[in-house]
This record gives sequence, C-alpha cells and structure tokens, in this order.
Amino acid sequence: MQRSFVARNPSVLIFLACLGLFVLGVTVLSEAVGNGFLSTSFVKTLGKTLCLALIAVAMDLVWGYTGILSLGHFAFFGLGGYMIGMWLMYERTRDIVATSLAEAPIPATVTEIQEAIATQIFGVVGSNEFPLVWSFADSLVIQLILVVAVPGLLALVFGWLAFRARVTGVYLSILTQAMTLALALYLFQNDSGLRGNNGLSGLQNLPGLDDVPQALVSLWFFWASAAALGLGYLLAAWVVSGKFGSVIRGIRDNEARVRFLGYQVEVYKLVIFAGTAMISGIAGALYYPQAGIINPAEIAPIASIYLAVWVAIGGRGRLYGAVIGAIFVTLFSSLFTGGQVPDVNLGFYTVKWVDWWLIVLGLSFVLVTLYAPKGIGGLFDLIAHRTHPDRHGAPLGPDMGALQEKEAQE
Amino acid sequence: MKLLLLLGLCVLAQVNIAWADDVLIQPVLQEQRETIVKSSRKTIGPAIDAVVASKAPAAQDVLQAWVTKDMWYRKDDGLFFRAEKVDSKTYRLIDFDTGADMGTADKSDIKQIKPNSGVRAMISTALVRFQLTDPDPTRRMEALIAIERAPEASLLAPLRLSIEGEIDPDIAARKARIERLLTIAYDADTPTRVAAIEDMAGDLGVDVRATLNPLLVTDLAAFPGAIPEGVNVRAELKPGDDVLSIADAYALLVDGDLAPPRVSGADIRNALAANIVDGKVGGISVHTLSDEFQRARAYVALSEAGLVPPLVTASDVEASLADYRFAEVYQVDDPAVTTAAQDALTKIELKVGVNQAIDLGLDALSLASIYFLAAIGLAITFGVMGVINMAHGEFIMMGAYTGYVVQQFIPDHTISILVALPLAFTVTFGAGVLMERLVIRWLYNRPLETLLATFGISIALQQLAKNIFGTQARPLTSPGWLDGALVLNDVVSISYIRIAIFVLALLFLGLFLFIMRRTRLGLETRTVTQNRAMAASMGINPDRVNMLTFGLGSGIAGVAGVAIGLFAKVTSELGSDYIVQSFMTVVVGGVGNIWGTLAGAAMIGGLQKGIEWMNPSNTLAAQTYMIVFIIIFIQFRPRGIIALKGRAAGD
Repeated sequence: MQRSFVARNPSVLIFLACLGLFVLGVTVLSEAVGNGFLSTSFVKTLGKTLCLALIAVAMDLVWGYTGILSLGHFAFFGLGGYMIGMWLMYERTRDIVATSLAEAPIPATVTEIQEAIATQIFGVVGSNEFPLVWSFADSLVIQLILVVAVPGLLALVFGWLAFRARVTGVYLSILTQAMTLALALYLFQNDSGLRGNNGLSGLQNLPGLDDVPQALVSLWFFWASAAALGLGYLLAAWVVSGKFGSVIRGIRDNEARVRFLGYQVEVYKLVIFAGTAMISGIAGALYYPQAGIINPAEIAPIASIYLAVWVAIGGRGRLYGAVIGAIFVTLFSSLFTGGQVPDVNLGFYTVKWVDWWLIVLGLSFVLVTLYAPKGIGGLFDLIAHRTHPDRHGAPLGPDMGALQEKEAQE
Repeated sequence: MKLLLLLGLCVLAQVNIAWADDVLIQPVLQEQRETIVKSSRKTIGPAIDAVVASKAPAAQDVLQAWVTKDMWYRKDDGLFFRAEKVDSKTYRLIDFDTGADMGTADKSDIKQIKPNSGVRAMISTALVRFQLTDPDPTRRMEALIAIERAPEASLLAPLRLSIEGEIDPDIAARKARIERLLTIAYDADTPTRVAAIEDMAGDLGVDVRATLNPLLVTDLAAFPGAIPEGVNVRAELKPGDDVLSIADAYALLVDGDLAPPRVSGADIRNALAANIVDGKVGGISVHTLSDEFQRARAYVALSEAGLVPPLVTASDVEASLADYRFAEVYQVDDPAVTTAAQDALTKIELKVGVNQAIDLGLDALSLASIYFLAAIGLAITFGVMGVINMAHGEFIMMGAYTGYVVQQFIPDHTISILVALPLAFTVTFGAGVLMERLVIRWLYNRPLETLLATFGISIALQQLAKNIFGTQARPLTSPGWLDGALVLNDVVSISYIRIAIFVLALLFLGLFLFIMRRTRLGLETRTVTQNRAMAASMGINPDRVNMLTFGLGSGIAGVAGVAIGLFAKVTSELGSDYIVQSFMTVVVGGVGNIWGTLAGAAMIGGLQKGIEWMNPSNTLAAQTYMIVFIIIFIQFRPRGIIALKGRAAGD
C-alpha cells in the first residue's frame, strides 16, 4: 500500500505553505491593496525573483536529478519572454496607432494600420514590414501557446540531435552553451525580425489596461509568478517522486547501467530536457513583462551559467534547494550591486561592494563546490540530523573506482 | 654602341627640356594683363595657354608663383613680379625673367593676384606639363601623382611627349601606365583606345577598374517603337523582369513626361480628405472609407467631377508600358570601346575573383592560427588532462594585461614584447599551478564540478581585472617592424602581425610536440593521463605531474594572450570572447590530439571566413551559422575530426 504523494513528500507542503505566507505578506504590504510598505518596484523585483526560482526548479530537474548540466536554459527563458513580448508590443503599438490614426479625417484601412504599426515597431532597425515570425503576434492565444511550444520544440530538436549522438557530460554542457550563444548572436542581428539589440520594450504596459495603475499590475504579476512557481514545484515534485524520478536519478548516477536495464535513456532525457525548456519558457513569459524590456544580451551564455550557480549554491538534487539558491543569490546580488550595502574602509583601500560583489560571488561559488557540495539545502539535513552514511572514506588507490577504505574493511 | 645611343637620348632629352633661352615672359604677361588681373575661371584659359606657349624659361616659375599666390603686379607700370614678404608693409620684388632683385615696394603700391580655386586647378594642370619634364625626379613623380588624382584629356598629349625623354625606369613605367589609362579614358581614336583597353586587360590595379567602369555606365531609356540605329545598347529590358520592375519602368515614363504619374495611396487619402463635403466624399460617406474599394470609388467620383487627377490603374500602366521599349544604353556611344571594355573587365574580374579566393584563404589561415593559439593551452589542460578550465580565457586575458603592464615600464616596443612573452608565461604558469593546487586537485574525475568551480574563478578574475585596469580597452602596441602588410598585389595582402601570429602558432605546435614526445614531463604526463595508478606504482608522482602540466597549459594561454592582445583590444572580456571558440576547436578537432586541435582550428577558421564571404555584411550571422554547423557536425563525428582509438580514448 503506497502512501499518498504528500505524505511521502512533506517538504512540498512546507514549501507551499511558505510560499502562501510570503504571497500573503507581500500582498498586505504592497502599495496596491495593502499599506504600501513595499514599493511597486520592489514588488516587481520579488515577482521577478519568483520567476527565476521557477527556472531554477527546472534547472534542478535537468541537472540535479537527471545529471545534464545544461548551460542553455536561459535561451528557453528568453524565448518565452520574446513570445509574450511580441504580443504585448504589437497590441500596445496598435492601440497607440489606432488612437493617432482616429484623428485623421479619413478612417484608416487595415493595411494602413498594419503599415503604421510595423513602422512604429521596426523603425529602429530600418524596416517597415512585419517579418514572418510576427505572423501570429495579434493573437494572445497563439502567442501563449508559442511561449511553451517554441522553447519546447527547440529543446526537442536540439536534445534529440545531442542525445542521439550520445553527447554527454561536459561535451553536452559546451554544446548547450554554444546553442545559447548562437541564438543570442542570431537575435542580435537587425534582420532577425526581433529588433536586433534594441530588443522588445515597453512590455510592462498591458494593452487595453492603461487605467490600471502599475502598482496593481505588478501585484497581479507577482501572484501569477507565485502561482506558476507553486504549480511548477508541485509538478516537479510529482515527477521526481514516482518511478520516472527513479529512472532519471538512475541516469544521473550511471547512465550505461540504466540503458542495460532496458530503459530508453534518450526518451527520458528528452522528456526532461524539453519539459524543463517549456517551464523555462513560462518563467520567461512571466519575468519579462515585469522587467519591461528584453534584448538578446539576456540570453548570453553567462546568464545560463549563473543559473547553474544558483542551483549549486542552493543545493542541487533537492527542489527547495534550487528555489532557495535562486532567491538567495539574486536578492543578495541586487542588494550588493545596488549600492545599498555600505562600503568597507580598510584604511589603505575602500572595498566598494559594487566592484567586489562578483569576486565574492565567484569565490564563494568555488568554496561551495569544494566544501559544501550540498549547498544551502544541506543545512536542512543538519537540522533534520539526516546525514548520509559515510561509506567512502579515502580511496585506497589514486585511480577512479579504486576500493575505498570502508569498503575494504567490510 | 648602346651607350652612345643612350647618351644621344639624354642629350635629346636635355634639348627637349631646355626651352628657347631668349624669350622673355614679361611681355607675354603684359599682353594678357587684363585677363590675369580679372582672374576668372571662364576667361583665364587663353592667358595660361599664352604663358605655356611662350616657351619662355621663366614660364614655369610664373605658373608656380601664380598658383601659390606669390605673383603681384606693380600698380604704376603694371609689371608682374614675384614678391617675398619682408615685413607686414614691405615686399621684395623679384623679376621673373632674370631672377634679379628689383628692390622693395610698399604694400600699397603693389597688388596681389589671387586666383580662386577653379583658376588654381587650371594653372596646376598647366604646371603639370612642365613638371613632367622637370629635371628633378621627385617633381616628375609629384606631377604623375597629380595626374592620377585628377586625370584630364588635355594632359594626354604632354604626357606622351614626356615619355620618350624619361631616364628613370620607375617613372618611365609609371608614365607609360598612366598614358595607357588616359588613352582609355580620353583618346579620340577608337582603335587606339581599344588597343589600350586590351593592353590593360588582366591588370589587377584598382586604377584600371576605375578607368574602365565609367566607360560602361548605362542609362535607362525608353523608346517609342523600335530602338533607333546608332544607339549603343547594352541590353533591352522587359518591364517586370529582374532588372527593371514595372514600377521603375513606369516611373521612367513619368519622368520623361510620357505618362501621367500614378496616384499613391497617400495621395488618394489626402485628396479625399481635402474634398470632404458634409461628411461625404464623392457621394460616399466618410466612415465607410476604411475600405480600399470604397476609397477607389470615391476617388473615381472626384476625378470624374474634375476635382483631382484621374486614377491610373494597373491596366493603364500596362497599356502605357506596351507602347515603349526599354533598354540600358551606354553613355559612351562607341560600341567597339564598350565591348572591349566589357571584355577586359570580365577578364579582370575573373582574375580578381581568383586572387580574392587566395586572400580569403590567407584570412582563414590567420584566423585559424589565432584560434589554434587560443586553444593550444586548452588542448593540454582539457585535451590531455581532461580538466575543464573555464578560466582559460581569463589566463589569456592575464597574459595580455601582463604585456600591457610591461609596456608601461619598458617604452621600447620590441624589447617590451620580448620581455612580456616569458613574463606572461611565468605569471600564468604560476596562476595555473596555484589554481591546480587549491581547487582542481580536489575535483579530478568530477568534470561538472570542475567546470563550475573554474567558472567561479573566471568571473572573479574578470571582475578583478575590471577593478584594477578599469573597463576601457588598454592598448598593447606592437613593435614598428610588425606594422604594415605584405602586399602581393592590389587584392592579396596580409599584415605582418598575422604572419607573426601564424609563425607563433607553428612554434607552439612544435613546442607542444617536443614536450609531449621528447621530454620526461611529456612522457610522465601521457602516463598519468592513461593510467594514474600504474604511473604512481612506477614511481611517478601524479600530483606533481598534473600540477606541472596544468601550469604548462596555462602558461601557453598567457603567451597566446600577449599575441592576441597585439591585434585585439585588451579588456577584461578578452578571454571570454575566445573561450567558447576555443572549446569548440578542441571538441571539434578531437580531444587529446594536437593534430585534431589543429584540424579543428583550421575548420572553424575556414568555415567562419567562408560564411563571412558569402554574407559579408553580417559577421554575427556567420558566427551563428558556424555554431549551428558545429552542433550538426558533432552529430556525425561525436569524438571530433581525429578521434582517439583504443585504450587512449579512456572510456
């Protein structure tokens, strides 16, 4: 008799409760409906952080559970943002154009409106026509489908090519990095159809909702981000708790052995890779309307590496670890680089945190990798007194796979 | 005999240069005084011609003084002099013919001749004739440069005359070449021109193409009915094909007042807006006008009422176009000349194409050697040891900054580079050893962790460089003897710095092969990588070997950094620009094999240049397509171009 899903995973309940309390707290303190203790921009920062936590959960699934160190998930995040951004920008520009054309003595024709919108949007890259990729920009439903479909499809094709060729480990990491670099470089071109390095802007304004204050809009997005994180977490927890989860953990620990047991390793990896790409797309689609602007620099390879940093610092292989890592690192980063932490005067040199934060982050990352591979999440193990039995000890020989001291004694 | 002939020629030349000694210039100037003083571009021609035609020895001096505004005339007797300033009020007068000092004059008594720029250009042209036969070779060269800059039909005759007496072989060759070009451009006689064109066919010089191209300029022309005889037609065009769109063809008719202009959508809208009467236009209410069809109806109604010009429909356009024949017509009327020019240009372009391919090959080679240089350190740390070092790019950056710092202390660029190369090696060797001892040693056999830890170091080092050197680019100047380029012809050239990098890459290849195959360290490195336990049993200290090998790879990265810094800007992002390409190079080439790295660098460099050549405006696209190609390439050769086999593959 199997116990229920929640009973087997008490951490899910705790997590959801914490998230709920957090949302309630922020709502009460917000400008829109609460006492205004938290500024609108800070609510936006919190909402964005929740989106980053969501993609961190996806990253944890693909890296912490399946062992694929993908350095390209931010490409999917960015693509999701671009997809929703196209609709936001198109609709808003159409509203503006329609208002300005309504003052003309002769009502505008459909083609005239289209041309005016295209000129407005693509004037910066010297074009006045809609590229093919904008074909569905006028339909929210289709663009919402594309938010998951485009990253999913790209991940499916890329993953199928890579996994089929048995590209694993570090090679796969470098290949995914190359993919995101290629995508970023492609989007940087003016004729890619997505406004080159200008990116899409003005995304914080919801079309047709000009009277709604930004304070309320930011709260809506915060709620949406929290809901997406909660659902994503639930989904991820459910996926890893079942048989599927056991298989992907097996792939992480010994891929060849799982293959010999008769599992189609490629299919499992592909499902995880494409599925997490879709989650990343959703996270991006919620993130960029809060950020207000998206450009190709967002999906540069460095962003995806930071994603790995969050998950590693939070503790990979446990979902709440990823969330904690993302929230912890991004909030501290914005705190230190925002100049809110006082400089340290050493007498001969003043440490400016704006300059030194990245060094601290980089070095602490090295320290975490070396001395605390479990990350922050490992602290919970200490609290729960749940330590792994130390079966290893020092290896007896210098080679990989040499008998370990404790094993030799048994 | 030959000597005698040469001597005779020289004498002849001297006679040619020496003008009639007894003619004075002053009377000629007096004759043309009115026009010289008036100094108008339209009327000055005869005056200059008279000065030139006088054959007076002082004619060149006069022109020279005239063009530099040193010619003055005395107000009381109207004589012309060259004047030198003594002080602000007084000028010294010098006679043109005798060169004698004619005493000083008060500024108010004399008047300067101030030719405007148009007149000066004409005088300069006249001067060129004198300069072409000037005894001073530098003067003659200057004259030739002046002709090249502003070729003119009138210069052809004097140039031809001057060729015969030319002694200097270089100048003679140049004169002959310019004579050919001027003949092509200006000679009136068709066979001479054609012969000149055929002479120059296959010449790669830009000047030849610049001379030939104007001969082939065409105009679009529309002819009612058949194209008349005597028009030098390049090709007849049909409106609607690739060269001539229907809109362009019709625009041509409109420009020639042969057809009424089309009414654009904006014109219709404005016309409709101007004719709104009681919320209706031409009987159609305004709010329905968001429809194209309704708009057309309204406009037709307006035009029928005579308020606006009639609508020109697509069928009207077609009908007008059917009445005319369109052709590209050469501006040069002579078909023999244009045909010869076209043939010559085709020949030249073929040759240019071949040379461009060679140039592209050289470019690709130099790019490949840059990638190879950046990747060779990685070939050791990643290829041989299997350690993923994401901070490799930062070691390259460190090397470049070492070069910059050395240049701050040693101003001589040659010495500073010679000091910087070993110093960069030492610095990055030390950094590499330190990193191996502190971090990487604990992470052997855990490649993903190594990747992340070294990435942490990478961002820390990058930020540290930013804190120390700032965000702006620092110069790393190459020594003077590396400036400039090796020019093979007008198309193919390669800068010395790229040759130096190529040589450096070859040196490193040799060094790598030597260390790995001929030294104790190389032997031990290969042993430790293949079987660490066995190596340890044989008395090799694996820790020490790993440390030294890693240091070596990092040190080479530092030297590569100095080389890369010479042509790229030294910034804190220098390394990260190369890191992905470097890993690509090693992975594509095949891990663990230096020849593979070489092949990978050659492939990536060649590919990038090839794609850039196909789409020259867009280097971003080239990089994108290259990466996509590599991803696909990995599908077919997952272990790279040169894959290790057997036990060395280490599976």
